[in-house]
Amino acid sequence: MGLELPKNPDMDQDNVVNFTDSEIVSHVKDALTSLLSGDSNSYNQLVGVMHHSKQLAPDEVALLETTLKALAGAVSCIDITLHDSLLSAIFSMSLWNYGPHVADALVELIVSLAISNGKYLDLCLGMLVSNFTPPPYFLDKLKLPRGLERKGQVLSRVHAAFKKIADYVPLAPLRLLTMVQQGMPTVYHKDRAILIYVENMLTLESGEIGELVGSTMLMAVVDRLIELDLEIGWDAILQDDFSKGIFEMELEDLEDIVDSAEPDIGEFRLSRKSLAGNSIAELLDNLLVLTFEHLESCERAGRLAKVFETLLRSFLLTVMTAYKSKFTQFVVFYACSLDPENCGMRFAIMLADLFVQDSHPQSTRMSSVAYLASYLSRAKFLSASFISSMLKRLVDWCLEYCNTHDVDINPNAHRVFYSGCQAIMYVLCFRMKVFMDVPRLKSQLLMPLEQILKHKLNPLKVCLPSVVEEFLRQAKAASLFTVSKTFIFDGLLESELSRAFGGLERLDTFFPFDPCLLKRCDSFIRPMFVFWSMVKPTYEDAYDDENDDGSSDDDSIQDFANENEDIMNDVGKSFDEQQLDLDEFDCALKKMSITPKNSFGYKFGGRFQEPTRMPSRIRPSTSPESL
Amino acid sequence: MEGLSGADADLVVYLHPSKSMKVSQGILRELSSLLFKFNKTFGGVLLAYDVNILDKQAKILSGVHPYFGLRLKANLLLFSPKSDMLLEGKVVKLSQESIHVIVLGFSSAIIATENIRGEFKYKTKDEEELFASRSHKRHVIKIGTMIRFSVKR
Repeated sequence: MGLELPKNPDMDQDNVVNFTDSEIVSHVKDALTSLLSGDSNSYNQLVGVMHHSKQLAPDEVALLETTLKALAGAVSCIDITLHDSLLSAIFSMSLWNYGPHVADALVELIVSLAISNGKYLDLCLGMLVSNFTPPPYFLDKLKLPRGLERKGQVLSRVHAAFKKIADYVPLAPLRLLTMVQQGMPTVYHKDRAILIYVENMLTLESGEIGELVGSTMLMAVVDRLIELDLEIGWDAILQDDFSKGIFEMELEDLEDIVDSAEPDIGEFRLSRKSLAGNSIAELLDNLLVLTFEHLESCERAGRLAKVFETLLRSFLLTVMTAYKSKFTQFVVFYACSLDPENCGMRFAIMLADLFVQDSHPQSTRMSSVAYLASYLSRAKFLSASFISSMLKRLVDWCLEYCNTHDVDINPNAHRVFYSGCQAIMYVLCFRMKVFMDVPRLKSQLLMPLEQILKHKLNPLKVCLPSVVEEFLRQAKAASLFTVSKTFIFDGLLESELSRAFGGLERLDTFFPFDPCLLKRCDSFIRPMFVFWSMVKPTYEDAYDDENDDGSSDDDSIQDFANENEDIMNDVGKSFDEQQLDLDEFDCALKKMSITPKNSFGYKFGGRFQEPTRMPSRIRPSTSPESL
Repeated sequence: MEGLSGADADLVVYLHPSKSMKVSQGILRELSSLLFKFNKTFGGVLLAYDVNILDKQAKILSGVHPYFGLRLKANLLLFSPKSDMLLEGKVVKLSQESIHVIVLGFSSAIIATENIRGEFKYKTKDEEELFASRSHKRHVIKIGTMIRFSVKR
């Protein structure tokens, strides 16, 4: 159905018509205004052209393009109520369906509409935001070269349109912000739509209106990352790599799985849960990698410092307050690694500042020092002098605390103190050898530390036994100091006392920068990450002669396999780690500080493992371990 | 430029308890959230404010929500253009159909062809779009020109 163009007496036989642009525009204007007088023929034809937009022949494409351009010139005649059918047809068009010329014309029309009248602004911005994601049939083609080309075409036009609109309507970015946030695909979509949407958000952040919308975009992205993070249960991740079915069924999980009726299809439930966890984990993995790549581009453009400020704010607001975030914090880790002198140090200093200030709530301080300890231990890019200065701050604070609190052991009352002590010991477990080589550091740090550890408050008894044991072992081997009482924990995971100071949130077993279990992320993080197997404990030379005992217990190898990051990642090996076969990993096992006598417990340097129980025992949800 | 006015206002701001440690920050944030938006009570768009806190102690709202209220005195700068007022703005876009203007850096206005004085003719000269006056040779409107117009609606 073509536009009825006025008959030109000089028309050629093959119907080539030459009209000037203004003639076409005035014709369209007439069509629009004629509706007022009741004559809807030309108007209906216009609407028809808009609707007829799939599988177009070349001349139909040309017609569409011309019509769109003409409409762009006639926006002043469009009335929002009178011409609502035309408008709804325009706003439902997707740029992904058309080639570059029609897309250009459509974008021009949208921009003209947006700037012509405030009433259309929201609708136009909404239409552009909905073009962040392609139509469902296109999602699969995104990986193909043709798909990528179309994606580049569409998105560049969309973002250019935002800039144009912002130029003419200064407050448009404010509206855009709300729209982008509201338009975000929810977690339950679980398909690649959210990936491309987030990609667009990050493009907005670094784009021309980035100054205005950037920080909100970044914070919204981190919010979404945390949401996904929290959707992944600890179980789903841990059991991902189990070949044997040691699984725990949480009461909460039972509620999730609606379909299965029979109570004894335990394995079915587990695999479904793992699968569910898996797809979310994969999504989170991809989103994190997107964010990492964005940070890299920010660094190349020299904007990282500013972006980092926003990231830190977001971290404080969202990540730190989330209950045991698993992977989102690696965004900050990666940003720090890109700029160790500024960002890297800034992050640690901020965490230390948070810890020492009395005005912050207890759990914030405890979680802050847990982040600091894990960060200082795992970041390969931090200098020894910086780490020692951070440690010194912690030691000084703990020492002052000891001096002002001349009281006996009490895990509940001095939680912040015990978490500080544990943090110091944890960092020293990783970095002790480094410090041993510098005699000045030895005296500065270790003498006050000895005082702290021998104080009445008795942190060695309260802190997590696995940490304390490893620390003492290394301290003994380095002849730092000896404690009068021997602390024998028997490879215990935790004690009553450590649970007490950890509290309900179990902040005693919170090591946020433990190896990242997401494959793609890990390949980014690996080069600047300190794995436990890379650390040379001070007792290493002495150790190889002792302890040849049964570490080839099936269970322990299984658990070890679960926790040793080298084994788990069979893809993305960096030049540091090679394929470990069974021999090498026996050797690596020996290097581990704790030769597990039983398979319970937190293996030092690995991820916290729920104590294994009899299969299919349902743990009551009131137990604090049921995370 | 008409449409700008200053006003003295007695305001009460209600703050969430979490802001009790940083009250002034909370107040500034509340007031800033009103900026550049049309406010019915004020009768215009709030452009700027200058605030003085009156109370030394705040009163806690009785009832379910434990917010606390603070009285303030503020000087407000409001923008409320009415019909037939004259405003000035900078031209950002020229086309055959319309002139797009930005007023005070945040508000956008459009002047449609039918409302442009007849003496002005749309021309494209050296890739530059402009409206040239037929009666006064030097009088041209280009992108970046400041123009004065009267408000229609």
